[in-house]
Amino acid sequence: MPVATPTDILEQRSRRDVRHERLFRWLLKGCALIVLAALLGAAGATLWGGRDAFATFGWHFLVSSSWDPGNDVYGALVPVYGTIVTSFIALLIAVPISFGIALYLSEVAPTWLRTPVASAIELLAGIPSIIYGMWGLFVFAPFFANHIKPWLTNNLGNKPDDGKLSWVAEHVPFVGKLFGSDYPFGASILVAGIVLAIMVIPFISSVMREVFQTVPTRLKESAYALGSSTWEVSWDIVLPYTRSAVIGGIFLGLGRALGETMAVTFVLGNAMQLSASLLDPGTSIASTIANQFSEASGLQKSSLMALAFLLFVVTFIVLLIARLMLRRLASKEGR
Amino acid sequence: MNTLYLRRRITNALAMTLSMLATLVGLAFLAWILWETLRQGISALDLKLFTKITAYGEDGGLANAMVGSLVINFIGIAIATPIGVLAGTWLAEYANRTKLGESIRFLNDILLSAPSIVMGLFVYTIIVLPSTALTHGSTTFSGFAGGVALALIALPVIVRTTDEMLRLVPSTLREAALSLGVPQWKLTLQILIRAARSGIITGVLLALARISGETAPLLFTAFGNNYMAINPIEKMSSLPQIIYQYANDPGDAMHALAWAGAFVITMFVLLLSLGSRLILSRTKVSHD
Amino acid sequence: MTDSAIATNPTPVAAAAAVPPKLAVRDLHFYYNGFHALKGIDMDIPSMQVTAIIGPSGCGKSTLLRIFNRIYAIYPKLEAKGSIELDGENILDPSYSMNRLRSKIGMVFQKPVPFPMTIFENVAYGIRHHEKLPKAEMENRVEQALRSSALWNEVKDKLKQNALGLSGGQQQRLCIARAIALKPEVLLLDEPTSALDPIATGRIEQLVEELKSQFTIVIVTHNMQQAARVSDLTAFMYLGELIEFAQTEKIFTKPDKKQTEDYITGRFG
Repeated sequence: MPVATPTDILEQRSRRDVRHERLFRWLLKGCALIVLAALLGAAGATLWGGRDAFATFGWHFLVSSSWDPGNDVYGALVPVYGTIVTSFIALLIAVPISFGIALYLSEVAPTWLRTPVASAIELLAGIPSIIYGMWGLFVFAPFFANHIKPWLTNNLGNKPDDGKLSWVAEHVPFVGKLFGSDYPFGASILVAGIVLAIMVIPFISSVMREVFQTVPTRLKESAYALGSSTWEVSWDIVLPYTRSAVIGGIFLGLGRALGETMAVTFVLGNAMQLSASLLDPGTSIASTIANQFSEASGLQKSSLMALAFLLFVVTFIVLLIARLMLRRLASKEGR
Repeated sequence: MNTLYLRRRITNALAMTLSMLATLVGLAFLAWILWETLRQGISALDLKLFTKITAYGEDGGLANAMVGSLVINFIGIAIATPIGVLAGTWLAEYANRTKLGESIRFLNDILLSAPSIVMGLFVYTIIVLPSTALTHGSTTFSGFAGGVALALIALPVIVRTTDEMLRLVPSTLREAALSLGVPQWKLTLQILIRAARSGIITGVLLALARISGETAPLLFTAFGNNYMAINPIEKMSSLPQIIYQYANDPGDAMHALAWAGAFVITMFVLLLSLGSRLILSRTKVSHD
Repeated sequence: MTDSAIATNPTPVAAAAAVPPKLAVRDLHFYYNGFHALKGIDMDIPSMQVTAIIGPSGCGKSTLLRIFNRIYAIYPKLEAKGSIELDGENILDPSYSMNRLRSKIGMVFQKPVPFPMTIFENVAYGIRHHEKLPKAEMENRVEQALRSSALWNEVKDKLKQNALGLSGGQQQRLCIARAIALKPEVLLLDEPTSALDPIATGRIEQLVEELKSQFTIVIVTHNMQQAARVSDLTAFMYLGELIEFAQTEKIFTKPDKKQTEDYITGRFG
């Protein structure tokens, strides 16, 4: 025997190894379970914090538009409306632009240009949301109020400066209301939607770009061989092949938009009012919490917690759908 | 036939142009935001930013906010890094392809984009409220609570990169170590994590970049403090929180200070993401 | 495969007359995900000889080698049935400790896999897990291992450098040094030269020749000439079965089985 180690020492060491191994496993598993605990805890803490509001208002909480600290009556409708509409506007703008960017970067741009441009776009994703908020508040909202808003109210809205309704406002239903406003500032639901769109574009476009690149080359080549144009290959081959992941990417962007606090709070105007006009100020769930929580108490605080619970549940569901959709493509790839 | 061909060519040219235009729009906004931050930030730069505290208002600086940000970010990273690395290791090495492992990996991806303000409220509930009860009365916001809130945001980033980087380490390395009789925990700690080191460091840097701009989770945890605080059990100011406060103030001097803060954060974040990219491109995972 | 007699009838080993075998494989079956990868292998591997296992890819030769030190056990859904006796003790028995098994049976893999640490640490790492040695003795052990693997002269001045800086051939010899530093009794080589250039391959083959005075060596190779050059005995496997196992010279000059002859002469595989 070249090894002089007696067997019993070997056995002893084996037992020690097994013990260490078990300890290590438990430590690791415990750390992993913290992820689970964070999610459950966030849901539980907000639900618990909001229990008074839910108990007092019941289902009314969801449909009531009053938010009245004076009479201690609270309803979620206004912030929920603001959250949904700003996120919807954001997607309306961000999805086509993100698709364009992803298409450009994966099919159109010369190869040498792809990496630098993609990195630059991803840089946009790294900028903290509060910077978007600052820029929105001090740069974009005034710009919007001076240059874009007058055109919108005069040509589309029902409250033009000169009192003369435009053809669109007169003949197309709803549009007049959407763009009618006599509020003089830029901060509004539309501006919040635009700032959100800029924020989520890098998320959506980088997911789209990534999934476009998973399309097998032979698939694209065989379409090109039939004489298809780049656009036809993208629209008829690439997009159908990656559809579920593209939808996943869009939902991922939606999840971000719904939960975003700072960028929105700066440019939403923070008005607890329900207005049909996109040019009027509004509020969102996250910005209501950010603005009121530190000074709230009692039922108001509980109502804010309840709002947070709603927000968490909704974003959780949206993100769940996003990940499931993204995973579907991954399994197609056999990963 | 000819008209069809022409129509197809026009459609294609139009689509290509639009896609280029979309990219230009994206880049233009990036340039616009960076330009304004640089322009307004640099013009507001002043030595007093780093020497004076916010208690002086317009005549003050951001010293306490910067210190606070450093302390809170440090706490956040110090908590999230060990937990995140170990959790990511569990996902990659012990629970890969198990049901619980897959579920946690999935939930971690959700946590990655969960609304940060809710995380702030969660920490408010589990740390600020109980400590208020313990101290009988006055609400005890603290830098520590802020750090925990940021740790919850950094955690999924670190878990994910660790998981991904470890799964890139070739299984031959595991086999080679195991064939020497090395137990799995030693193999994991001494060889695999070392092999994936640069990737894991990148993850930590990315997580730091992510949390250093976070505002919402700090509002109800670290709260803010106009004076210099270094002890994390005190209320603590942070750059994002001061920016938020000052930007909503009507004074122009306050706005200038907010821009200066925004500039500092942006530079910090850009340098971090640049640095992490460099690390990653220079030394992938140390095995091909 | 029609020759079912092979599976039931243990192939006699020419050399194993009176001396008990180092490794005795008995009716070994192996399954992964339900796939029957090894079908009743019986084989006596003699001590202090080089045994080569050849066969077309997918025949199970690497699988067999990986059962010898139970490295397969780190993956789920793999199952081995039957027995492998090392000096008369069944190593597939769960009570046979991994520490013991792996200190007795060392393994070198296809691709060189140095650990991400210094050259010295690479060799010392395994030893440290099994024995507590004083510094001087450890240095001595590392030097010996590096000398035995014919690497010492090339690395003695850069022991503190990262092992990833070595060439492929040097890395593979480092891996051999790492394995023999534990002073195992059996050395398993899994296509150790498949990732190397001809010169590095030659050095490894020469090394195998030198090492066989100290270790029982089992080498899996896809290169028939290599098997002919380095081994004393050769086993030919096909589709999970051991077709023929005999002196290398016999396998390469007048094999008993037609399949072996076909493979050797390049008619299939």
